[in-house]
Amino acid sequence: MDIPRSWRLRNQRYLLEGTRCSHCDQKHFPPVLICPACQSRETAPFAFSGQGKLYSYSVVYQAPSQFEAFVPYIVALVDLEEGPRITAQLTDVSPEEVQIGMPLEKVIRKISEEGERGLIFYGYKFRPLVTY
Amino acid sequence: MKLSMKPDKPVGIVGYGAYVPRYRLPATEISKLWRGGQDRGALPVKEKSLPGPDEDTITMSIEAAQNALLRAEIDPAQIRSVWAGSESHPYAVKPSSTIVAQALGIAPYTTAADFEFACKAGTEAMQAALGFAASGMASYALAIAMDTAQGRPGDALEYTAAAGGAAFVVGPAENAVAVLEGSCSYSTDTPDFFRRSYQKYPEHGNRFTGEPAYFHHIANSVNTLLGDLDLKPEDFAAVVFHQPNTKFPQKIAKMLGFSPEQIKTGLLAPRIGNTYAGASPLGFTAVLDEAKPGDRLLLASFGSGAGSDAFSFVVTDRIEAVKHKAPSTESYIERCVRVDYATYARWRNKIRHF
Ligand SMILES: [Zn+2]
Repeated sequence: MDIPRSWRLRNQRYLLEGTRCSHCDQKHFPPVLICPACQSRETAPFAFSGQGKLYSYSVVYQAPSQFEAFVPYIVALVDLEEGPRITAQLTDVSPEEVQIGMPLEKVIRKISEEGERGLIFYGYKFRPLVTY
Repeated sequence: MKLSMKPDKPVGIVGYGAYVPRYRLPATEISKLWRGGQDRGALPVKEKSLPGPDEDTITMSIEAAQNALLRAEIDPAQIRSVWAGSESHPYAVKPSSTIVAQALGIAPYTTAADFEFACKAGTEAMQAALGFAASGMASYALAIAMDTAQGRPGDALEYTAAAGGAAFVVGPAENAVAVLEGSCSYSTDTPDFFRRSYQKYPEHGNRFTGEPAYFHHIANSVNTLLGDLDLKPEDFAAVVFHQPNTKFPQKIAKMLGFSPEQIKTGLLAPRIGNTYAGASPLGFTAVLDEAKPGDRLLLASFGSGAGSDAFSFVVTDRIEAVKHKAPSTESYIERCVRVDYATYARWRNKIRHF
């Protein structure tokens, strides 16, 4: 990830900030300029709650070098409570524990780092909902 | 001359939050590898908390502060300070606090700074935040106490160096769950424990760690505060001391006249180890989870170098309404998965590639 892009997208990565269509109320992540449902241009920033359910997943054993520290890790399709289905990494869960349909919640974790001298990138991942 | 401190304007803790990562390294894993299992039944803690490979002081601070905001029930944009106390900030230059502020929707109209003072960096941030709110400069201020401590492999500190901490939103007493009665800070130049720049692991001046450091500083901050507030040990429902191991907090409690019952709820070290700057503040969140309106609580930190901050708080009725708005400290401690030494060594970068 390059630094300008990471900086520009920080609220997307930290706050799950997408858009909401003012016309038909559809919510989008990532954010859009034109609503794909009704073609309205009236979309405004919308922060998702971070609650969701696991739709499907895949366990990664052979990872790109920047993710090697986390192997094995799980890449998932997450159905957000407000509608959109997004791709995200899971955390605090092992391949033995993961179950389709399990309730998930957003947390902020390290996504990658550029070696020992470069920037550390933080962003959303999902973990099994902590009940209390 | 009065030596303790008391704000003119009544302030307190409006929201509090804890975080402990879900992994644990049993002390027997360490003694098995480095001592052939010869621990003579005298391990300093049972196990220690360990961050996952994608966790650090910043990610853990975000979660604890999120919990504090849930209990504070305020708009994050009302916060005017994000002060993060830690000895394990991921960057040497670039504040942890700006990332926390951005991730929680507190940025941009806030002060943001990282505090350092070994194990009392967190209560140092609390002192400053309470003063900031009491002066009226800020309605609300956020103080964080968080660490992912590291001990040199094989060193005595490796058994206890753990990860976790707490965050506190402080503000006006009328919204508080615990109102500040007074505080006392006691600091001297004492070389009991230190880490030079660019060094990964700390050094400890062995003969200094006990009497002249931990016990001397805490005894002075607590006794002076109690004297100035005209309070006795039995006036407190619960007390939390810095807990580098299980024994030190038990010993200082006895020295100062507190009972084992008073320190029980806040003594987490036997189960999660020493979370350094996070330790006494995290113990304090466990006490708040169990507190009842009217309870008087004492929090006393210790940081090497050296110093101690002592605070006296009185719990308000609002505690009952907000306790359950975020995960309890106990729920984080119970949520645990034990790992072996090899996993720990990999995650904590103790294996070098040549
Ligand atoms: Zn639309």
